Amino acid sequence: MSWAMLTVRIHKEFAGSGDTPFVLAVTASFAPGFTILFGPSGAGKSALLDCIAGLQRPDTGEIRFGKEAFFDASRRVNVSPQRRGLAYVFQSLALFPHLSVVENIRYGLVKLGVAEQRKRIERVATAFHIANLLDRRPAELSGGEKQRVALARALATGPRILLLDEPLTGLDASLRRSILEDLRLWHVAEPIPILYVTHNREEVDAIGERVLTLANGRVLESGSPRAVLDAPRSLPLAQAAGFENVLPARVVEHRAEDGVMRIALENATRNIEIPLGAAEPGSKVRVAIRAGDILLATEAPHFLSARNLLPGTIESIERRGALVQVRVKAGANFLVHVTPGAARSLELATGQLVWLVIKTHSCHLVY
Amino acid sequence: MNGEAFLLSLRLAAMVSLLLLAFALPLAYVLAFFRWPGKFLVESVVALPLVLPPTVLGFYALVAMGPRGPLGKFWQALFGHSLAFTFAGLVIASLVYSLPFAVQPLVASFEAMDRRLLDASAVLGAGRARTFFRVILPLAWPGVLTSLVLSFAHTLGVFGVVLMVGGNLPGITRTVSIDIYDHVQALDYASANRTSLFLMLVCFVILSIVYAVNRRVWSPWPVE
Repeated sequence: MSWAMLTVRIHKEFAGSGDTPFVLAVTASFAPGFTILFGPSGAGKSALLDCIAGLQRPDTGEIRFGKEAFFDASRRVNVSPQRRGLAYVFQSLALFPHLSVVENIRYGLVKLGVAEQRKRIERVATAFHIANLLDRRPAELSGGEKQRVALARALATGPRILLLDEPLTGLDASLRRSILEDLRLWHVAEPIPILYVTHNREEVDAIGERVLTLANGRVLESGSPRAVLDAPRSLPLAQAAGFENVLPARVVEHRAEDGVMRIALENATRNIEIPLGAAEPGSKVRVAIRAGDILLATEAPHFLSARNLLPGTIESIERRGALVQVRVKAGANFLVHVTPGAARSLELATGQLVWLVIKTHSCHLVY
Repeated sequence: MNGEAFLLSLRLAAMVSLLLLAFALPLAYVLAFFRWPGKFLVESVVALPLVLPPTVLGFYALVAMGPRGPLGKFWQALFGHSLAFTFAGLVIASLVYSLPFAVQPLVASFEAMDRRLLDASAVLGAGRARTFFRVILPLAWPGVLTSLVLSFAHTLGVFGVVLMVGGNLPGITRTVSIDIYDHVQALDYASANRTSLFLMLVCFVILSIVYAVNRRVWSPWPVE
């Protein structure tokens, strides 16, 4: 069997609840392997998967898998979901509540002989560790077990493409890792295109070979997770990628010879230096900075390579699990994450004067 | 109490509710899962018997079934006798009379269904028919039961329509509600009370079962 490429070039208007319709306009191709679809909710990720699965019909464009056309508006081709040979795990999982686990899996195998059915069920049951759950009803399963069953039901059909819409939301990290590991092992044997929708940064890092970011129904960027998510170039993406600080600013001057530009944060007393971007001097931009990328100092530090030093006062200190979130007013409001140990040894307190230390390359220009 | 009248009503209700289910299932499916222009007109027609006085329904049923009405002529040609004042005529009129009670619970339970289950069924390769029989129908069974029972109970109490198209022929068209009416006319309040009380009890038990099932008191699979 040869592994084909999935290519999508579609345009679809959805009559939304608001006055402006939501437009999904995506051009992308998906090679065998994991592609993460990342973006804020309402970006059109599920709508894209629905179009690929044949559950929604695009207005124009085409969807091809290798030489085969799933959808081609100009030639009036629209293959039904039943005949696209793909599998789709929905966010809600959509296990049939009235059928047992084994009946759920067998549901997609009815066209096969009994011996082949048994073989496939055994294979997915072993691969996803659900052999002891086969006679249970979905209501008798835990969250993680349901997710395993949904993956098993999807993969038992021997799909040529796998669509996963946030299949592991709501699971704790270790359970997520173990299910991902099972999925990865399966994928080694069956290298098909897998489109994986998630908001979870940890899942992205664990499985992502490539990331495609979507916002407002359009592809923003694609590339490796590090390139795309660590340097987001749009506001919705920066927010979705977990950048705690997205601050409005104005470009002051370019210093092309140093590869940087100086910008003035709104309300800040000092300008800061960020990597040179395409914004002209005088234009309004936003700067995204992770709370964990900012250092706190209780005295003005010297002899540092970091170019950006901002004096400010602590507005609040809040313990959040394994980290402490400090809100600092340095003209603009900054969120800074430090460890509980650091907070203790620095004796941080509300109202205290501190210095924010930010490396130039921790600042990302977003539009 | 007039056992013959009661048995006749039971027979009528059973027949009507079963026939209606066969007719209402595809109708409700189309109403719940498809959109087409003019759908609201069909919905209105289905709901019409809810608001019309039974005598209006009965009147038009009588006209249609009469020797010069379309239904009557058709029936005459087919079976050689007239349709009005027969049990078959009563069944046909009651079908219209109880239609909304059969259709609306089905539409409600179909519409409440998680559409993603239907999507999952399609992606797993099942066509419309298999999705209907393997997913929709088993999951909508409280709606099916409600439809069956409500149309049964409603037909059991049919009065105005019967009065118009059935007349009062013992064993053929004299249903239990006509029987009660006759007792009252004859000032035999004791008999009227016995029959009425019995009918009320039967309907109460039936409805209790429907409501209990819809609350999933006795569910065949665990509720999530």
